[in-house]
This record gives sequence, C-alpha cells and structure tokens, in this order.
Amino acid sequence: MNNWDWSYFLEAFPFVVTGLKITIGLTFACFLFALVFGFFWVFMRNIPSKIVQWVVVWTMEFIRSTPPLVQLFFLYYAFPMVPGIGVALSPFTSAVLGLGIHFSTYIGEVYRSGIEAVEKGQWEAAKALNFSTREKWFKIILPQAIPPTIPMLGNYLIILFKEVPLASTIGVVGILQLAKDFGAQHFNYLEPLTIVAMLFLVLSYPSALLINKLEQKLNRRFDKNEPTGSKPLSESKGVVS
Amino acid sequence: MAKPIVSYKDVHKSFGDVKVLTGIDLDIQPAEKVAVIGPSGSGKTTIIRMLMTLEEPTSGDIIVDGENLWKMEKSGKMVRANEKHLREVRGDIGMVFQHFNLFPHMTILENCMTALTNVKKVDKETAKKDSIDMLEKVGLGDHVEKYPQQLSGGQKQRVAMARALVMKPKVMLFDEVTSALDPELVGEVLEVIRDIAKEGEMAMVLVTHEMDFALDIADKVLFLDGGVIAEQGTPQEVIENPENERLQDFLHRFNR
Repeated sequence: MNNWDWSYFLEAFPFVVTGLKITIGLTFACFLFALVFGFFWVFMRNIPSKIVQWVVVWTMEFIRSTPPLVQLFFLYYAFPMVPGIGVALSPFTSAVLGLGIHFSTYIGEVYRSGIEAVEKGQWEAAKALNFSTREKWFKIILPQAIPPTIPMLGNYLIILFKEVPLASTIGVVGILQLAKDFGAQHFNYLEPLTIVAMLFLVLSYPSALLINKLEQKLNRRFDKNEPTGSKPLSESKGVVS
Repeated sequence: MAKPIVSYKDVHKSFGDVKVLTGIDLDIQPAEKVAVIGPSGSGKTTIIRMLMTLEEPTSGDIIVDGENLWKMEKSGKMVRANEKHLREVRGDIGMVFQHFNLFPHMTILENCMTALTNVKKVDKETAKKDSIDMLEKVGLGDHVEKYPQQLSGGQKQRVAMARALVMKPKVMLFDEVTSALDPELVGEVLEVIRDIAKEGEMAMVLVTHEMDFALDIADKVLFLDGGVIAEQGTPQEVIENPENERLQDFLHRFNR
C-alpha cells in the first residue's frame, strides 16, 4: 500500500500534461468531423424516398446502438480486411472517423430538432418570395435553426471530450495512456491517474459553465424581448385596453 | 374583356377525405381587386394558398398569365409541375400572411432586401434604395434598422407588405392580414392596402373579414360557402343586395 507522494505527483504531472495536445486535438478533430457529417444525415433524411429514409434511419440506429469502442476496434483492426474497400488507417484517423461518425448521429438529431423548431410560416414566406431551395436553407432556415442549438452542441463537445480516452485502446496516446505508461514504469498508478481525472474535471467543468452562460444569453436573444430602441406598441397595450 | 391574369378552371381541393373546394371557376383581370368573404372553413384561404403554390390542387387548372401553374408540358404530355416550373410562374405572385412571417434574424431593411438580392439578383445598392423607398411608403422609414420583434403587429404587417411589394408581383394575395392584429392597429394596415389599391396596376385578392373595407376597395366580391363560390358580383350586388340566403345570414352577423 502506497501513501500519497507529492514529489511523485509533481514528477508525473508534466509528463502526463504533454498528452493534452493529443487529447484536446483529437476532441476537436472528432467534433469538427461530427459537425460537418451531422449535416449529411439531415440532408439524407430530407430525401423524399421511402427506401432512402429506411436505410438512413436504420444506419443511424445501428451506429448509435453499437458501443463506440466496438466501432473503433472495427475501423482500426477489421476495416483494413474488408474486401474491396478496406484500407489501413492510422490510429488517429480511425479515432476521428470512429468517434466523429458516432457523434454525428447525435449532432444530426440536434440539427433536426433546430430545423423543426423553425415555424412553418418561415418556410411559406421563403416560398412566397420565390427563394430557391438552396437560398431558402442557407438564408432563411439554417440561420434560425442552428444558433439555438449551440448549447446542445456544446454539451456534446464535453461528452465527446470524455469519450476520447477510448482512442488509447487503438494506440492514440493521450493523457490517459501517458499516465498508464508512467504508472507502469514506476509501479505506482495512484498519482498519474489522479492527475488524469483532475485534468478532465478542470477542463470539462468550466466548459459546462461557459455553455450554461451561452445558453442563457441565447435564450434572451431568441426570446426576442430586448428592444434597443422604442418599446414595442404590442407590449404597452395592456395599459390602454 | 381583357385576358385574365389568373384563371381557375374547375379547381378541386381535398385534404384527405375532407373536401375543401369544389369546382372553383374564377377569372381575375389584371389590376382587378377581388375580395373573398365567407364563414371560416369555407375554403377562402385555400383558394389563394393554391395560387401561391403552398397547397396543390387535387384537380383542375390554375392559369397564371397564360402559364399553367401546377402542370407543365413534358414530351407532349401535361405532367405535374416540378419546382423549377413553379419558381418560374410563382414569380408573378406575392403574398401577405395573417401572421406576418417576417424573418426574425434580419432587420426590417434586410427583410425587404433579401428576396431582391437573393432571388431577383438585384445589386445591393438598388435593392437597398428600392426597399427603403417601399418602407417609407408604408410609413416605416424610421424603423429600417430595427428587428421585427421590436415592432407592433401593425408595423410588422406593413413591413410584410413592403417585402412583398418590392418584388413587384402582378398579383398580390392578402390572407386575413388584419385578423391577428389588435383592433386599434387594424386601421393603419387597411390604410396601406387602400393606398396600394389606388395605385392600380396590380391585381389583388383579399381574403378578409373586414366587410366595409371589402365593399370600399373591391371591384368584385366572392362569397364562399361550403367550398363553392355561392355568389359573386360587384360589392353593391353582393353586400348590399345579397340574393343567397346563407350570404344574408352571414352579412347579418356583421350588422349589414
């Protein structure tokens, strides 16, 4: 049984921290991939064909119902052996694809909820003004649909951050793997793994607070109740009538 | 008689099993002002929504300036119109909605400009100038930098009119544009419509519950009941000397 050893802690700390670059880098790479690929799901689900719908919905369901770890293993170990299309992927690329695709299914749903929240009248106004499909999406619908979903997207970023250590199982060396290596060398895991837990806490928690703030700010903006100029007549009518 | 700008030919519309419109035949002349009245659920709004391509007729034809709106020719046969065809024909038509449907993420000016620059590909300077002119015309020249949520209902509806007018449609549709307004704000909106009507060139179809207003500006009044045009004629014929019994009842409720 070991006692807590501060000098060992201080020795391990700088070593483990170097892994942050990979851990954070991988988080953002996966997130970016998921943000872009999320639109792919939205696009596919808007194709008016029963067959396409069926295929897309079940593919998404399949991806969500399989553990990300299984997907990572499949991409890294099994995908190179798939006849015809299989290619060997680097650990980092496998992790970006694996976690990126997994999270894109959630993010696609977030986009969809945002789009569905846009009032029917907005679509009709866009049609009445004769917008093309493309212009309608980029000028009218998405600018209204996406900003309110930013807090939800932020939450997924934090969840993703906490899933990224999975990538150490296929050889992406982030803080967790470094801590494990360091512990193995010195036959003592207590301090290095505590450092990992601390780092995750220190990064996740303030991000969550930040997202909370952002959410409040967006709510205020989208509740549309803060005129900068004159008070709208519709608000003062209670006094008159 | 001049060639009509819009013709409905035996148009039917059902939503599922519910028949909303039955055999609508109607000609609208260029510059003609048509008021559509009738009890709620009589299909008034559906008539203009089909013309704006927001609802597809179950059967029949709607002709806009010589073009069949919902059908197009493809290798010698008339087939269901695709979006490209609809876009070509729809450009002649503008609409103002009951609930305004302004774009909340844009200023008043941007609301007016967006279709000019994005749809008509007008250059930014011209679009801005035209939009400001139009906003001044509806009495909102001082509000161009505000967002819709900062305006009253009446102001919003006037912006919606400017946004539609600036596209210079040949036919303007008004879908119960005062129904969602507080009573004290109805007047300012009707005033603007009256001004537009006086200018003349554009055909207008107004679905409305404002009987006095309909009488005042319309060249033709349609009374819709149970999905058919039960009576039509000049305002004097329809409102002052109604023949149809249901219409008499209906007008009674408006104290006429």
